[in-house]
Amino acid sequence: MKNQNINTEQDYKYGFTTDIESIRAPKGLSEESIKFISKIKKEPKWMLDWRLKAFNRLKNLKEPNWQKPKYPKINYQDLYYYSAPKSVSGKPKSLDEVDPKLIETYKKLGIPLQEQKRLSGVAVDAVFDSVSVATTYKEELTKKGIIFCSMSEAIREYSDLVKKYLGSVIPLTDHYFATLNSAVFTDGSFVYIPPKVKCPMELSTYFRINASETGQFERTLIIADKGSYVSYLEGCTAPMRDENQLHAANVELVALDDAEIKYSTVQNWYPGDKNGVGGIYNFVTKRGACRGKNSKISWTQVETGSAITWKYPSCILQGDNSVGEFYSIAITNNHQKADTGTKMIHLGKNTKSKIISKGISAGKADNTYRGLVDIGKKALNSRNYTQCDSLLMGNKCGAHTVPYIKNKNSSSIVEHEATTSKINEEQLFYCNQRGLNQEEAVGLIVNGFCKEVLQQLPMEFAVEAQKLVGISLEGSVG
Amino acid sequence: MLKIKNLKASINNKDILKGLNINIKPGELHAIMGPNGSGKSTLANVLSGKNGYEISGELKYQGKDLKEISIDERAQKGIFLAFQYPIEIPGVNTSNFLKTSLNKVRKARGEKELDTLSFLKILKEKSSELGIDEKMLSRQLNVGFSGGEKKKNEILQMKILDPNLVILDETDSGLDIDALKIIADGVNSSRDKKKSFLIITHYQRLLNYINPNFVHVLSDGKIIKSGCMELAEELEKKGYKKIN
Repeated sequence: MKNQNINTEQDYKYGFTTDIESIRAPKGLSEESIKFISKIKKEPKWMLDWRLKAFNRLKNLKEPNWQKPKYPKINYQDLYYYSAPKSVSGKPKSLDEVDPKLIETYKKLGIPLQEQKRLSGVAVDAVFDSVSVATTYKEELTKKGIIFCSMSEAIREYSDLVKKYLGSVIPLTDHYFATLNSAVFTDGSFVYIPPKVKCPMELSTYFRINASETGQFERTLIIADKGSYVSYLEGCTAPMRDENQLHAANVELVALDDAEIKYSTVQNWYPGDKNGVGGIYNFVTKRGACRGKNSKISWTQVETGSAITWKYPSCILQGDNSVGEFYSIAITNNHQKADTGTKMIHLGKNTKSKIISKGISAGKADNTYRGLVDIGKKALNSRNYTQCDSLLMGNKCGAHTVPYIKNKNSSSIVEHEATTSKINEEQLFYCNQRGLNQEEAVGLIVNGFCKEVLQQLPMEFAVEAQKLVGISLEGSVG
Repeated sequence: MLKIKNLKASINNKDILKGLNINIKPGELHAIMGPNGSGKSTLANVLSGKNGYEISGELKYQGKDLKEISIDERAQKGIFLAFQYPIEIPGVNTSNFLKTSLNKVRKARGEKELDTLSFLKILKEKSSELGIDEKMLSRQLNVGFSGGEKKKNEILQMKILDPNLVILDETDSGLDIDALKIIADGVNSSRDKKKSFLIITHYQRLLNYINPNFVHVLSDGKIIKSGCMELAEELEKKGYKKIN
């Protein structure tokens, strides 16, 4: 028995829980719990009204069910919509005031928050359940006019900016989970880069779910003003529990004229155990608007965790000559399921989009790429290139590619390439003969398969992501 | 070094090796020649531990029963197979692969793992010895390599890993005369009192450059004749059918 425990620990090393006293909203989805959230965050009235509008809208919406991975009905009245460590109830003003237990938690996760041990060149916003507990390098960024803070703080301090852009990419009336998020979102990051400023460091948010029976509904908003540039990265982990936990985030990006946003995700939520018990439902809405001319938004995602991953980080290419990119690695092992891809909506002239998707399935997992390329009537001379590669390990897993392509004008070009292959015995033999064991060989071959996507990640995280790719597939061959 | 006694191997119920005997001492270079389908590549696969074969008989390497040892452990213990058709692995950088491989072998030998700088120094030295263009090493492993480049890459790996027992599986097939010389030079400069070689080939021409201690003729899963260089010359003149 003892051995078994140790093994599970190794499989998912972020599976621990932090024993910390927390404050929760009343259980269930109701006006009461929304008011509770808004009040505890000291939000202005317009924000509460906005939330309640979303809540009313939600009553008329149905959960979508067209996706490939099915899941048991979620009882929304059985969840807590707000949970925060008691010590963070009023946000600590400085890092010295942050509960040592939280600092310790993030240290264990490899995210040092203390001054002297911070990751160099990376500013981190740490979100624990429903609240942001700390943001590093704030002063340095402020000097350049960059705003990087928790969403709650932004609603209070930068109300005009939030009011102007929140919901402008993902409207209140969007689909079920996005609207649910608009009603009950708790925290997340807010970024504003002023005109012509190149953000001097990577901005990063680390999301941690700790409490049980709690959904995490984070909201992130990034605005890159004219001619600015920012690279942003999010990481996620959760404890091992045998219940399924819902994570329904909304991320909105806005790039104005000549601005560029690079958004990277390394998603490693708890995937459930080998028999498919527990794990996170990762139902996330991510959308970016290339609102200005020559603007660019690039999504890179490495999805290795979660019981079910269901998300389509998308680009709306409004500005002429704007560019959207989507680079994705989705790894599913054991009973994990993923239905992920992107939407590229071309509206402006000469807009370009590029989609590179690598899906890897092992065990009894199921992996679907689903994508939409929609080139509008007025989006003359636009181009899309899509490449979807699937790699299968063993014969109990599945891979599917579902591309939707709409080209409404004759001057635009759409290219789509797709391959499906099984991991090659000869490649494994070759690596073994050079002294690599089976798992090292699989890690090497899969990393090679994913290379085009991995090299899009910021340097600081590429190495971690490579290791993660190897670890996620441990025990899948042989 | 290697002792094989009455080795039988079959795959999918088809007998391929039917009682093979060979004994290779440290410092010796043995050549195995034989027609297509005689079991040459099967012998190379069985020695390196490839899955899928039913094996019986004695298979001893440095006194240990090879049948008990996995492919990667055999490699770490110094068995090196130069592939007849080196495998392409897209997205994997050639020199990174070599470094990973070398560090695995070094670790098994109880040596310190090399950092990138000291590895690159060795790589540079060995590749210039073999006249290999360094550009090749920054490309993806074997992807888009010409036949000659692939084989040279195998010999480079052999030089860097410094194994005890080298098996060359038809490394000379399909090579032009310049590439053939590079392969031969690579083998000759590696020969010493401790290392053993098993060279599997169709033709005499590689043997002209490397001068084997023994030549064996493999036919229908058995060694039917053993001798020295003269045997290879005789084979070249008369063909396999006349030997018996």
